[in-house]
Amino acid sequence: MRGSGSVLKVLALGVITLAITLLGLLVCTFVIGRIMPIDPVVAAVGDKASAETYAAAREALGLDRPLYVQFWRYVAGVVQGDLGLSTASGRSVAEDIGRAFPATVELATLAILVGTMLGVPLGVYAAHKRNRWPDHLIRITSLIGYSIPIFWLGLIALLVFYAELGWVSGPGRIGTVYRYTLQEWSGFLLIDTLRAGDTGAFRSAFSHLILPATLLGYVSLAYIARMTRGFMIDELSKEYVTTARIKGASEARVLWLHALPNVMVPLVTVIALSFGHLLEGAVLTETVFAWPGIGLYITSSLFTADMPAVLGGTLVVGVCFVALNKLAELLYPLLDPRTRAT
Amino acid sequence: MSASILANEPRSRREARMRQLKTSIWRVLRNPSTFFGGAIILLLIVMAAAAPLLATHDPVATNLSDRLAAPGAKHWLGTDQLGRDIYSRLLYGAQPTLAIVLLVIGISAPVGLAVGLLAGYLGGWVEALLMRLTDIVLAFPRLILALALVAVLKPGLINAVIAIAITAWPNYARIARAEALALRNAEYVLAARGLGMGDAQIMTGQIMPALLPSVAVRATLDMAGIILTAAGLGFLGLGAQPPLAEWGTMISSGRDFIFDAWWVAAVPGIAILVVSLGFNLMGDGLRDVLDPKHHE
Repeated sequence: MRGSGSVLKVLALGVITLAITLLGLLVCTFVIGRIMPIDPVVAAVGDKASAETYAAAREALGLDRPLYVQFWRYVAGVVQGDLGLSTASGRSVAEDIGRAFPATVELATLAILVGTMLGVPLGVYAAHKRNRWPDHLIRITSLIGYSIPIFWLGLIALLVFYAELGWVSGPGRIGTVYRYTLQEWSGFLLIDTLRAGDTGAFRSAFSHLILPATLLGYVSLAYIARMTRGFMIDELSKEYVTTARIKGASEARVLWLHALPNVMVPLVTVIALSFGHLLEGAVLTETVFAWPGIGLYITSSLFTADMPAVLGGTLVVGVCFVALNKLAELLYPLLDPRTRAT
Repeated sequence: MSASILANEPRSRREARMRQLKTSIWRVLRNPSTFFGGAIILLLIVMAAAAPLLATHDPVATNLSDRLAAPGAKHWLGTDQLGRDIYSRLLYGAQPTLAIVLLVIGISAPVGLAVGLLAGYLGGWVEALLMRLTDIVLAFPRLILALALVAVLKPGLINAVIAIAITAWPNYARIARAEALALRNAEYVLAARGLGMGDAQIMTGQIMPALLPSVAVRATLDMAGIILTAAGLGFLGLGAQPPLAEWGTMISSGRDFIFDAWWVAAVPGIAILVVSLGFNLMGDGLRDVLDPKHHE
């Protein structure tokens, strides 16, 4: 089959460029790690260590080897899931990140759900009301979403919805009373609390999650609504839409059942891309909401100058970002039968 | 293009150029996005330039007896935890914001333009190498790469600029490459080659001018992102260092008092929002104005 052959070719090419990009990421974090002004040996043994101790530690860390050997060791370590030890706590960076990661994924997933469920209908509606006031209103809402500093929005939202109105819980992931009784299973608190059948804990987790997720969702809504509008305007100018209208299909039917399914393929790409951007927004949002995810891990490691932790976190976020972009790129030919034809 | 202006033929090249410029300026002014965006950007420039004249207080002078004062007659926008006047700090804060934007664009746009031009025009292994490098830098989320870079370079305004510039050039490279690729074999370029022009001359004299409008639009749209990234770095304590008034840093210092003295964090945040909205409106409008596909 020629069709599946070309899909395989696209996949193979994708895997190769992915490998080169990932190697590039490793070079970046390695180089950043080497140019830092903090001597990693001093960080490990302290500045009062004797010359012998210093030399021994230097050898133990492999820093006396040529750069390419060091790089090879670094890559070999990363491939085996070894991101080094935190200079602040002495714990494994990979394990720490493994613990923080589900919190970020949980936050980003709910955010993308909010962004998609609101952004797509808004974009469709804006396309329908093109160049009239609802379209302008949606456009301004989107532009504000693009322009707002998310950490500031977080602070103001905490002030309004937590301190003044008391609708949601404040910073953190779950109420203190549940923190020690909760049995972690998946790392996703909404799932873990449901699994344990603890409705109180579930409610607490949800009321902590909803505000940061909605704010992050708003930022992705801005992008999703805008792209949906553009795709829909293109689609609505096509002949089959005119045909459907002439045949007497209602405008709602034309919009939601005829045109929207045809823009789903590029939309999936947009949603995958905005998921990647959410990881970035999550760093600042997590800092404001004391959300124990990978963003808070990176920023709190910055203050202790814990470079292995910062670079490990950077690498993991970079890899996720690359993977999501690649996924978006690969989904396209897989979902759209038209691009499969040779 | 409107018919009245073209009713008679321009008599010289100069006149044609002037007319074209006039039409463009008219279009930019008539478009509500560019109009409001331009007004906001102008306001930012005035704030930065006239801060010493407009300020009511010294932006770094502390006055502990007046700390966390609510907005009022004495302090129009209140004071922060050290009793510094927020209105005056807000005005002075326009300076680092404008400086960061101009420096980052000034570094990243020419670099990206050069990389994209070389890649698109020369092709072959030069293109493969340069574009792979571009993709690798693009593979990092911007703020996170800037964060890691500033962390090793040591926090500060200049290092923040360097870090953001390192993350900003690939976008220009991509645009410049795509357009240079399309122009590489355009007839006027072939003609120039036929006249004996060398590659360097063709790239700088013939192709580069054609790339400038798209790069300019991209730069305007990018400015909002640069302001947000710089503010984010400032918020995390990695950008401008105290006592310098910088909006992101001001929000960060207001964070601890958000429930008691909301104005300390709220005011600079509104400034960031308005300014970055201004650049987004400008970029959005410019794209419509300069892109002939959008003309109706």
